[in-house]
Amino acid sequence: MTPLLNVKDLRAYYGQVQALHGLSFSLNEGSLVTLLGANGAGKTTTLRAICNMVRSTGGVEFEGKPLNNRSTESIVRFGIAHVPQGRGTFTNMTVEENLQLGAITRKDRAGIVSDIERMYAHFPVLKQRHTQQAGTLSGGEQQMLAVARALMLRPRLMLLDEPSFGLAPLVVRDLFGILGKINREDKVSILVVEQNAQLALELADQAYVIETGRIVMSGKAKDIANNEEIRKSYLGY
Amino acid sequence: MSAAEEVVAEGHEAVEAVPKRAMTLGTGTSLVVLAALLIVPMFVKNFIIFQMTMLLIYGLAVLALNILTGGSGQFSLGQSAFYAVGAYVSAVLMEHANVNYALTIPISAVICFGFGYLFGKPALRLSGIYLALATFALATAMPQLLKLNFLEHWTGGVQGLVVTKPDAPFGLPMSQDMWLYYFTLAVTVAIYIFSVNLLRSRSGRAFMAIRDNEIAASSMGVNVALYKTLAFGVSAGITGVAGSLGAIAVQFVAPDSYTITLAISLFLGMVVGGVGWLPGSFVGAAFIIFVPNMAESISKGLSGAVFGVLLFLVIYLVPHGARQVAILGQQLVGKLRKN
Amino acid sequence: MELFTNQVLAGIATGAIYACMALAVVMIYQAIDHLNFAQGEMAMFSTFISWQLMQWGVSYWAAFLITLAFSFVAGIAIERILFKPLVKAPVLTNVAGFIALFAIINSSAGLIWDFTIKQYPTPFGSAPFLGSQLISTHQAGMIGVTVALLLALYFFFQYTRIGLAMRAAASVPESARLVGINTSWMIALGWGMATAIGSIAGMLIAPVVFLEPNMMGGVLIYGFAAAVLGGLSSPFGAVVGGFLVGVFENLAGTYIPGVGNELKLPIALALIISVLVVKPAGLFGRHIVKRV
Repeated sequence: MTPLLNVKDLRAYYGQVQALHGLSFSLNEGSLVTLLGANGAGKTTTLRAICNMVRSTGGVEFEGKPLNNRSTESIVRFGIAHVPQGRGTFTNMTVEENLQLGAITRKDRAGIVSDIERMYAHFPVLKQRHTQQAGTLSGGEQQMLAVARALMLRPRLMLLDEPSFGLAPLVVRDLFGILGKINREDKVSILVVEQNAQLALELADQAYVIETGRIVMSGKAKDIANNEEIRKSYLGY
Repeated sequence: MSAAEEVVAEGHEAVEAVPKRAMTLGTGTSLVVLAALLIVPMFVKNFIIFQMTMLLIYGLAVLALNILTGGSGQFSLGQSAFYAVGAYVSAVLMEHANVNYALTIPISAVICFGFGYLFGKPALRLSGIYLALATFALATAMPQLLKLNFLEHWTGGVQGLVVTKPDAPFGLPMSQDMWLYYFTLAVTVAIYIFSVNLLRSRSGRAFMAIRDNEIAASSMGVNVALYKTLAFGVSAGITGVAGSLGAIAVQFVAPDSYTITLAISLFLGMVVGGVGWLPGSFVGAAFIIFVPNMAESISKGLSGAVFGVLLFLVIYLVPHGARQVAILGQQLVGKLRKN
Repeated sequence: MELFTNQVLAGIATGAIYACMALAVVMIYQAIDHLNFAQGEMAMFSTFISWQLMQWGVSYWAAFLITLAFSFVAGIAIERILFKPLVKAPVLTNVAGFIALFAIINSSAGLIWDFTIKQYPTPFGSAPFLGSQLISTHQAGMIGVTVALLLALYFFFQYTRIGLAMRAAASVPESARLVGINTSWMIALGWGMATAIGSIAGMLIAPVVFLEPNMMGGVLIYGFAAAVLGGLSSPFGAVVGGFLVGVFENLAGTYIPGVGNELKLPIALALIISVLVVKPAGLFGRHIVKRV
């Protein structure tokens, strides 16, 4: 079976600085994979490289199709939703407009309307605030909004960059619970980059560990979580 | 974001950050250029000497703008106003009070510094497009202010004033043009050295900190208000000196010589030379003096269009101005040295 | 007191010109985050095109519509050909590009149609409006068209998908790309719309200031000032700003001694800047919190 996402020998550059040194990994359809590593290891760069937001070489394939020379927006149109670091909320627009923007490439009006209702069901707090300016929401609420916006695309693959950042632990548990639900019920494949390794490993099926732009460890999330040595050397707990 | 990401972050800062080192030429190149500037006038006609003088003068004015915009990040479309004040100060002092031309230069510098400093104060709250509008207003007001009736006795009103060109002192055997050229060259070199040192000094670092991130600079203890107004003052002072020299060189001041067109030309000179690159000021000055003439000789009726096309060509080839060419040259020389 | 009210009304009437231009200015600002100095010249050129069409026998409204379409396409073409390559260049370099465009358009118009003043027709006639000495039917028509344009733009941005996409692309371009919006084309579209709006402004202004290549110089500056006064993010603010600028200009000319025609512009600008010092984001602008 061809993996949904196949990354081969990915190298990425910020100007003259090389951030990824030949990264390779893959993600199967329906799975929930987490990418772990310390600050500056290259996790965010990996997600950005997949969406061609940073100069890169190497092979990135989605459903067998190469993504390399495509613009970010056309990659998104393949069905890849990316929730960036810092959420990237449209702060000047209302909550509802943010959700509408998530679906801006879709043509099925009725589907969009019903999806917005579904998002409100997943995230009731968004319904409460749906006419509020998104910038006035709290951090946790904005994260929910960002995830909901990504789901409005009806993506096949969702990329999340440090969704737990700056959020209270209870909020993170809530959020991760919802992510798990989305993965199982809506069959959305998920690639989540995280610094909070413990929680991420509880959520995911598969895990990869990045260090200075290379994959240094991979395996089932359960196995890595149970391996004290790996946890201590690479994940710091 | 990792440090690398932040360094190369996308998105436009209003004024590109030019590292301190890159703001000047190397010593070797500077000496070569200086030697050329000293020797060439001895072999060319008076008219060419006059053009070289104007090149230095406009170069000074662009340099002043470079300090203000490239150095402290404040965008100004009003330099023509300071240039005009400098020109008129010299003209009025020379023709109405018989002051020696050389003496009018420092007087002009001080007056224009004050003028710039005073303008800089209310402008503190403005930045970017708002500052551009304010300086634009200043530039458009100046010719009208110079035409005001109650000043006419001093300024000569719409007709302006004629300025007497000085002879070479001590009976030196050179033409007026040549003497004025060397005088201007001396002033230019002095100001250039001053500017280089200013930008390397603590004040210069303060300017650049403000340019790159005003909030961060202020939180580090930089007295933003002081340095911003200082930058305006210095820039106005140098522009005023250029104006004074210009008045003497052209032998004439009139309100309509100092319109917004001059301010826009100086701005273009800064961009073509490379924003924040002091030596580029003279390349930019050459562009704004010679290219319009070129355009007119190519097509009288379409001279504006030709100028526009040439300007586009320049900014496509070197979006960062002459500095880009200099960097390429440096890299080439480096490669040749290795082989 | 009567003089004051009269001058205010007259100012509102002339302000319609600035309001219309300010709309075009804000439109472009929304798309590209800069002000385009060549917009006035583009409006002027469009107006000349419509004039030329009428010289060739085309009716006023046909010429109007053809010019509108032409301006929309021309705006997109200019952006794609001349300014897309400069997207990665520094801001000041882009500004130099606008100046170059200004020179090219102004000079070309001068060559094609020369600098003599030409009469330009108005579809509204120039009789006194409702018997008033201060507002002609044309000026009333201008105000009407400007308000209609404003409503159309409001509807476009708030209630259409493409309007939403444009707002998103202008506000957070990276996030806009992440929802699949082609931000590059949104910029082109912004230019097209701004040029079309500018052409309407030109065709409305020409009957008043007479058609010649330099007709838009002062108007553009007042348009900028009006847009800035209103708050660059607000089309409504731009229109209000336009009317206010017209009023300022008139009052300054009437009440400040020694102010002839030439000083009206700098004084009006000075007044506007004083407002900005107090309210830096403009009257209706969103206060932008600077993130460090």
